[in-house]
Amino acid sequence: MAAGVATWLPFARAAAVGWLPLAKNSMPKPPGDKKSRHDEILIVNVSGNRFQTWKNTLDRYPDTLLGSSEKEFFFNEETQEYFFDRDPEMFRHILNFYRTGKLHYPRHECIQAFDEELAFYGIIPEIIGDCCMEEYRDRKKENQERLEEDTEAEMATETPLPPDSTLRERLWRAFENPHTSTMALVFYYVTGFFIAVSVIANVVETVPCRAPKGMLKDLPCGEKFSLAFFCLDTACVMIFTFEYLMRFFAAPSRGKFMRSVMSVIDVVAIMPYYIGLVMPENEDVSGAFVTLRVFRVFRIFKFSRHSQGLRILGYTLKSCASELGFLLFSLTMAIIIFATVMFYAEKGTKDTNFTSIPASFWYTIVTMTTLGYGDMVPSSIAGKIFGSICSLSGVLVIALPVPVIVSNFSRIYHQNQRADKRRAQLKIRLARIRLAKSGTTNAFLQYKEHGGLQDQSSGNQALCIRNRSTFEHQHNHLLHCLEKTTNHEFTDEHTYNEVCMAESMDYRTSRSTSISSQQGQSTSCCSRRAKRRAIRLANSTVSVSRGSIQELDTLHVQKSIPQSRSSLNARTQDLKLNCGGDMDFTAAIISIPTPPANTPDDSLPPSPAIPGILRNSQQMGDMSSQYTQEAIKISSL
Amino acid sequence: MKGKNRKQNLSDAREVDGSYDQLTDSTEDDFELSTVCYRPEGLDKLQEQTKFTKKELQVLYRGFKNECPSGVVNEETFKLIYSQFFPQGDSSTYAHFLFEAFDTDKNGSISFEDFVMGLSIILRGTINDRLNWAFNLYDLNKDGCITKEEMMAIMKSIYDMMGKCTSPCMQDDTHREHVESFFQKMDRNSDGVVTIEEFIESCQKDENIMRSMQLFDNVI
Repeated sequence: MAAGVATWLPFARAAAVGWLPLAKNSMPKPPGDKKSRHDEILIVNVSGNRFQTWKNTLDRYPDTLLGSSEKEFFFNEETQEYFFDRDPEMFRHILNFYRTGKLHYPRHECIQAFDEELAFYGIIPEIIGDCCMEEYRDRKKENQERLEEDTEAEMATETPLPPDSTLRERLWRAFENPHTSTMALVFYYVTGFFIAVSVIANVVETVPCRAPKGMLKDLPCGEKFSLAFFCLDTACVMIFTFEYLMRFFAAPSRGKFMRSVMSVIDVVAIMPYYIGLVMPENEDVSGAFVTLRVFRVFRIFKFSRHSQGLRILGYTLKSCASELGFLLFSLTMAIIIFATVMFYAEKGTKDTNFTSIPASFWYTIVTMTTLGYGDMVPSSIAGKIFGSICSLSGVLVIALPVPVIVSNFSRIYHQNQRADKRRAQLKIRLARIRLAKSGTTNAFLQYKEHGGLQDQSSGNQALCIRNRSTFEHQHNHLLHCLEKTTNHEFTDEHTYNEVCMAESMDYRTSRSTSISSQQGQSTSCCSRRAKRRAIRLANSTVSVSRGSIQELDTLHVQKSIPQSRSSLNARTQDLKLNCGGDMDFTAAIISIPTPPANTPDDSLPPSPAIPGILRNSQQMGDMSSQYTQEAIKISSL
Repeated sequence: MKGKNRKQNLSDAREVDGSYDQLTDSTEDDFELSTVCYRPEGLDKLQEQTKFTKKELQVLYRGFKNECPSGVVNEETFKLIYSQFFPQGDSSTYAHFLFEAFDTDKNGSISFEDFVMGLSIILRGTINDRLNWAFNLYDLNKDGCITKEEMMAIMKSIYDMMGKCTSPCMQDDTHREHVESFFQKMDRNSDGVVTIEEFIESCQKDENIMRSMQLFDNVI
């Protein structure tokens, strides 16, 4: 539960005065107060450091170690204090959480150590306050990535393949990690060599060689030794094609492979050759053919498989795309402005180079970047004035704002990311916290099961109930009063569905007067049940999670009731349609549309033992992914 | 002053981005609001006005102040706190009615005095006091009588707190029936509204209600 709940329980119980006059039955007796009502100071000894606090402070969070009866395991009778053999520095932060309600993350601590302490004391990390949350998340992600990289690298290079792996798997492994086998290494170097050869050949074939006998002009080497170069090119393309086909064959997911950047580069590298083969030696298309040859230079990008650095560079550029885009945009603006000005300034001059605004772009760019080729110069006075302004502002426009813009936009970019991240994370965090809170419902049901609501002196209560804290007794009594007021009982998901089913059976066979209303209700009951069954959650917190879906779902109970009310007088068929509509409405939350009415679903897992108090943050981690979707969709609705 | 310069530097960026309009503005304002603090009257004075002992007031105040360091509870926090106790259902409507009932000076927030006064009446008051308080809670527009609509709203809010998973299944008009039976019992002259006299009279005649009043004997 969140902060300060225990201290507000008396208020909540007092507020029950509003239910008294409305209750049809009398309220149950309140639980007797076993211990004295005076608040006592507890001593918690953590590795020698004595911390003292009010008992009420610790009781604020009854689902943590210190707030529940679990701390009794650590009670030392001789010294009358609770002894924990843990880090006292960390404990300071834990205790501050009880005092202030906010958990802070100490920056100098190791993130894993902190996580372990939180897990020990039963505190979920989602409760970390906003001030420290970002730091915590960043460090955690960093740590995870670091660990992942290590395990990935380890796995990739050292773990031997299972002996019964197919040829495909072995081949793929050889391609992805050339260091695993000698053959792969040889292949790796051979392809590297051929890429280099191909690139060098492309470069060299344009160098002018001495003219052969009988010709005047110098020819480029490519044309002089055209056969040699052609053979070289063919050999390289053979190797590349072979490599590409091998990779394609070995890839575990062919579609994914075809879409990956490296394979696109491979294709682009070898395509021109084949296109060149099939195209006829036609003068008209040879221009296009020449363009295609340009693509051969992309073979150099094949080196990125061989170089980690190239890949990192590419990734960096991709991630800075928006900043670069804006830089370009501002430059474009300046260029257009000055080009226009120069054009109109030089319009009157005879034989001017500034024939149009686009023609002036070249001048502006060359001047602003302080290149100054001198192929275009203004001759009129106005042109020279504006030209000098252009070159001076070039320094300002390019040199000065570049660091400012880059840092500014880096900051704004991160801030923007942070705001969106925080918004998205907030929803996830709230969902997780709600999940933890919903443990209390099941605590109440368990309490009832064990006879907690009966008279204490009758001796029917289980020992585990008798030893519950005063807070729990009082809270459960409060819930019991609510039950008595409304004449309905709290149940868990499973029992509710059974009861619902049973009732709908009854209604179908019984009187017809209110059949429309009942049926409307039961079909909508059961459609929701069918939907909930569709959510497969394997671990023992199944009922907990359903409780919380339902809590999130109750937001929509209000909305859906008007729908079914209007259908009270409708015929059965219309009702079914209405239920369908209702189902679609809430299906948006669960995102698994199921048919309405009776779907005998045998695969429902049996209702597991209700755990009562949800403590392990690991379990919630499993369910977090399912909850992200639901939590986010609800808020968008 | 500081804020203005920062705004100028980023204004062009914000116009392009469009997403930072509130980023620099709101942080400045928030600093001012958070320093508002409300201090209750002295312990002795509260002891006179309420029926709590000094120790009880101390415990109450410590809890209250920890929860709301600024000294007042606003409706949002109030609803949040109350919803912690009823995880299955939706307690926000009932919490809203409670808030209205506790906030006697109608200034939109509950101070420690309001809180303690309310608690004193409920927990340490006579049966008549409690019934009066309950009547005040039900009378949403505070005009001295409870109409059927008001009672419907109250009843619905209570049933909402139960949530969906109940046995027997919650029907659409469960709370309506309940309201009908309530009016049958309470409305003596059958004029469609329940006045305070009718209410107190009927409650005093009902054994169940009288017996349930011992609920509040050892809450604090």
